[in-house]
Amino acid sequence: MVVEASPGIVEIKGLKKRFGTNEVLKGIDLSVKRGEVIAIIGKSGSGKSTLLRCINGLEVFNEGSLSVDGNPLLHGDAKAMRTLRQHVGMIFQGFNLFPHLSVGRNVMLAPTLVKKRHADQTVAQAKKLLERVGLAEKFDAQPDQLSGGQQQRVAIARALAMEPAVLLCDEITSALDPELVGEVLRVVESLADEGMTLLMVTHEMNFARKVSDRLVFMHAGRIHEIGPPEQLFGAPQTPELKQFLSSIHA
Amino acid sequence: MVDFSIWDIFRNLLLAARWTVLLSLIAFVGGGLVGLALLIARIAKVRGADTLVGGYVQLFQGTPLLMQLFFLFFGLASIGIPISQWTAAAIGLTLYTSAFLTEIWRGCVAAVGKGQWEASAALALSLREQLRYVIGPQALRVAVPPTVGFLVQVIKGTALASVIGFAELTKTGGMITNATFRPFTVYACVALMYFALCFPISAWSKSLERKLHRGR
Amino acid sequence: MIAFDFPAVLAEWPLLAKGVAATLALTAISAPVGVALGVACAWARVHGPAWLKPIVGAYVELIRNTPFIVQLFFLFFGLPGIGVKLSPELASVLAMVVNLGAYAAEIVRAGIATTPKGQIEAAQSLALSEMQVFTRVVLPPALKRVWPALVSQIVIVMLGSAVCGQISTPELSYASNLIQSRNFRAFESFIVATLIYLALSMLLRSLLNWAGPRFIFGK
Repeated sequence: MVVEASPGIVEIKGLKKRFGTNEVLKGIDLSVKRGEVIAIIGKSGSGKSTLLRCINGLEVFNEGSLSVDGNPLLHGDAKAMRTLRQHVGMIFQGFNLFPHLSVGRNVMLAPTLVKKRHADQTVAQAKKLLERVGLAEKFDAQPDQLSGGQQQRVAIARALAMEPAVLLCDEITSALDPELVGEVLRVVESLADEGMTLLMVTHEMNFARKVSDRLVFMHAGRIHEIGPPEQLFGAPQTPELKQFLSSIHA
Repeated sequence: MVDFSIWDIFRNLLLAARWTVLLSLIAFVGGGLVGLALLIARIAKVRGADTLVGGYVQLFQGTPLLMQLFFLFFGLASIGIPISQWTAAAIGLTLYTSAFLTEIWRGCVAAVGKGQWEASAALALSLREQLRYVIGPQALRVAVPPTVGFLVQVIKGTALASVIGFAELTKTGGMITNATFRPFTVYACVALMYFALCFPISAWSKSLERKLHRGR
Repeated sequence: MIAFDFPAVLAEWPLLAKGVAATLALTAISAPVGVALGVACAWARVHGPAWLKPIVGAYVELIRNTPFIVQLFFLFFGLPGIGVKLSPELASVLAMVVNLGAYAAEIVRAGIATTPKGQIEAAQSLALSEMQVFTRVVLPPALKRVWPALVSQIVIVMLGSAVCGQISTPELSYASNLIQSRNFRAFESFIVATLIYLALSMLLRSLLNWAGPRFIFGK
């Protein structure tokens, strides 16, 4: 096993997580380099989303260690958690836009409150980010006036407004109609091209193959196989991965 | 025997209704403030708050308002803590209202989806910021119809202050009945006056509810 | 130093027991009749003849927007003014039935309104009569949907029966008043009665939550 010369931006060692008596994560070791794009695939119930949600503290793990940019995750320390979440952003399957705020205000809320920026700065930043995701003209629109794909792109802009070092994407296209998936994936691809560190749980295999540096196949709470996409797709080693790949190539 | 006209009866009842309105407002506002404090204690996960507030709500929702008022006025007096009828009624109704409102509002906060908590947490908002900018506004929208509706319950609850002798609308109705020997007319008037107070508020609450669901 | 004397109150347990029995009897009679009245009113508002709807509507709004104690006093003190005299017990039961009926009407109406249309269409296609469709297909799931709200309302009416002591119905609050008038232990007497009410409300809720699925609307 090659020992990394310098620690990755996300370092996970021996991570275990139980829900009651059910052990969902049975010991995860993962080191993510800065600028790396990692796609996490696997059957439902394999623990993919749980792992992702541990990284920004939405789930509390029971054993092991997790650190982001050298800072270990301290669940009890609310201030430390907030600092962590300024460096780690998340996009959700259900978008979770704030329905009572306009699109622009959705993007501006966190920088205004948390980074305590000035109004003109946040407005300018929000407009720039919305343009980046292709929704400049929707600044004053309400979330319920947008399509699913548009809402998800706003969610991406909202997360980017905090200038995170790492972006977590939890099945961000699974709730979208097929024809709207492309517009979201294009934005994610451009983020990857710009060097954003991305961890994505996804079912979009072609996208994962195209964009990711490493693929993580999870099965029954463990990382079963890990490696470049060509290696996992082209030469799966374990029967579980072989079965998984054949089941999705239907 | 003096013959009282309906107008005489009405006039006296109207004067008494002032106290009903005043007591209702005090209980509603006071109960709202206490209820809000209890709710925030629960949300902020203050130690023991969940159990204590839960028990508090169980107590006031599981016992008659009549007994609560009896206890405050007669019960405390019997152990050497005499309080006036007005104070007993005000305190009793305030605590009663706070228990119901905190429970109603708890339901409204629970109605805001978990995704909103997660998204705002993921954006590094503190609990106070989450409540003020994301959860609060959404819970408030849902809370307005039932809160307005509960005001009707408070107004009806003030009628029980009559049993500890406080001269609000119901007690005054009883006194006028004794003076005029026209119980049917008097109590019909009393009922109509409560109706006049409560029905518009009930109707308003219903229309707020309709507007809320239309907006979705 | 305040000296409490709970034993003095607990010694009067026969009086308290009689009071509890009366409270439970009042509730046991009023609850089924009140709910039945509510169901009938809900049916009338949805399926009834046009002339009946506003009458039922007026009844529901009148009761829901006036205090129970005023309704009770109207029946017990007001009606004699036009020659109708009721005993305290009869006035209490009548007031509770009329009160519960109005609230149950709204609750059941909400339950009926959420019946999926397909259910009614399927029942009609099976040639069931209108009354059969209502009682066999619409009502049981509707009652199941609104059971928590209905149970809460029944508990509210049971607690409201405390007011009936004001017209000398010998229920629990009346008993506690009687006890404290004898031994001057108002503090202890009212605490004991209040705790008994609390226990009654919890028991009643559990009983109704158990009985509902068993006897009324099935699992």
